[in-house]
Amino acid sequence: MLADEMMRGNNQQIERAAAPAPLSPHAIALRDTAVQLGVRTIWRDANLTIAPGEFVAILGPNGAGKSTLLRLLLGLLSPSQGRIEVLGNIPRRGNPAIGYVPQRRTLDADLPVRGRDLVMLGLDGLRWGLPLPGSKRRQQWARVRETLEAVEATAYANRPIGQLSGGEQQRLLLAQALVAQPELLLLDEPLASLDMRSQIAIAQLVARLARAQRITTLMVTHDINPVLPIVDRVIYVARGQVVIGKPEEIITTEQLSRLYDAPVEVVRDSQGRVFVVGLENETAHPSRDERTIAP
Amino acid sequence: MIMPSWNLIVDWQTIFHYSFMRTAFLAGTAMAIMAGVISYFVVLRGMAFASHTLANIGFAGAAGAALIGMNLSIGLLAFTVAGALGMGALGRRLYGNDLVVGLVLAISLGAGYLFISLYHGYATNLYAILFGQIVGITWSQVFITFATGIVSLLAMGLLYRRLLFASLDAESAEAKGLRVQWLSLAFLVVLGLVIAVALQIVGVLLIFALLVAPAAVAERLTSRPPLAIGLSVLLALFFTWGGLALSFYLPYPPGSFITTLAFAAYVVVRFGDGLRSLVRHRRKLSAIEQPEGWAA
Repeated sequence: MLADEMMRGNNQQIERAAAPAPLSPHAIALRDTAVQLGVRTIWRDANLTIAPGEFVAILGPNGAGKSTLLRLLLGLLSPSQGRIEVLGNIPRRGNPAIGYVPQRRTLDADLPVRGRDLVMLGLDGLRWGLPLPGSKRRQQWARVRETLEAVEATAYANRPIGQLSGGEQQRLLLAQALVAQPELLLLDEPLASLDMRSQIAIAQLVARLARAQRITTLMVTHDINPVLPIVDRVIYVARGQVVIGKPEEIITTEQLSRLYDAPVEVVRDSQGRVFVVGLENETAHPSRDERTIAP
Repeated sequence: MIMPSWNLIVDWQTIFHYSFMRTAFLAGTAMAIMAGVISYFVVLRGMAFASHTLANIGFAGAAGAALIGMNLSIGLLAFTVAGALGMGALGRRLYGNDLVVGLVLAISLGAGYLFISLYHGYATNLYAILFGQIVGITWSQVFITFATGIVSLLAMGLLYRRLLFASLDAESAEAKGLRVQWLSLAFLVVLGLVIAVALQIVGVLLIFALLVAPAAVAERLTSRPPLAIGLSVLLALFFTWGGLALSFYLPYPPGSFITTLAFAAYVVVRFGDGLRSLVRHRRKLSAIEQPEGWAA
């Protein structure tokens, strides 16, 4: 273990000296990556690659650094150590090939703007000046209509977004992220504060669109169950570590006990749902459902 | 007192016969257009209180300028723009905070009051900055108002889509590469500029009506941003022209009519909204035949 780490350290120094060779053809590659916020190391020694078109869920307790991972990929943060590649390049802020839905609470109930306008901002929100009418503008609106159709939000696209339900707002935010036809989609807790039925509906919608358009998708989620049938792999972020694997490899009693360094038990019910038990004293829980189970 | 003939053409001819009314209408028009546009973003960004505070900072600046014998307009402009830069530098976390903004408002008003009491000269101009002096402004003020109007409209046109994005969805905008903080600073500076000019016409205490009411009304009528901005401009023009015309015939100052019209318009749309949701509620109730909750 120690030797392994030393070797990695050496490799890193050699790599820094030489011109960095691209880690492609991966959609995302992290090598010995560590991230720091202030003086606190959030996690370190992350090594993973994600193939184009893969659908990956990011799990872990609150504050473990799930959103931090997304911010790193967006180029809003720099790693304190190691390398990252996104779509064959170093992450850079404002990469148009990335669609992003930030974590949020529901939008202001008074927000007096149509869903359609919010989606349009995904196409033209970075432009200077006023939009001029013309064939280009018509094409943009056609693209917005198409995206609204794809997320099944056409029916309420003309209503003020503040008045829509959480699930409806989430579809519009998803449309905003998709409208510019990204290659990579980063979703931060898109299922939070939705009821179970909407959670499943949104998760399936994302999976369907991502598969159809071959968009690599990373979705931070509190609860694995709505996405369990659709994910290719999961990333688990906990206690300063980042691990990746198939759900049946990662969400096991042995793996999670080792990750948390505590006796954790993974229980499966008759419908195949997964519950993680034994983390009641952790700062947060990987599964929302166990809160109802825990005394 | 002049009585209206109720023939609109004749009445407007009577009004425009007077040079002071012509300058008042010209300056009022330019001011209403820029206030209408900028108020959309003031309301969207939840900055009503912050903009009121900027106006009060401007008042302190004007009073301070009077005290040291400087031009009032320069003191006003320097303070509103400096105040805007200060807010921008501190960031939204602070100027979005009621307590911090309220304290800054109090100290500005207090400082202005102190400067006035220290100033032993003729304080009419300062009184004008508190309550406005739309009738009786000079041609050079009209010119300055137009110039500011053009500059602020160009700036808002340039920033429009970015500002809309950053106001609605700051996090996505930032991830897409927008420098949200700089954009916010640019908006605040334009706001400071507009406030500095508008203050000399409608005054610190009444500017609130023009910076908030037009968009607050327009937003309840449409959820299309360009339409809402257009409507907001029309409403600001209506309040200003209406206020001026009313004060021409009635012996009360225009500022009070402008604010009355603005308030009345807001009450009307809110009442309309309430009526509509009441009807909807009633329909829903009769559909499910459940009289409980009717009072709510």
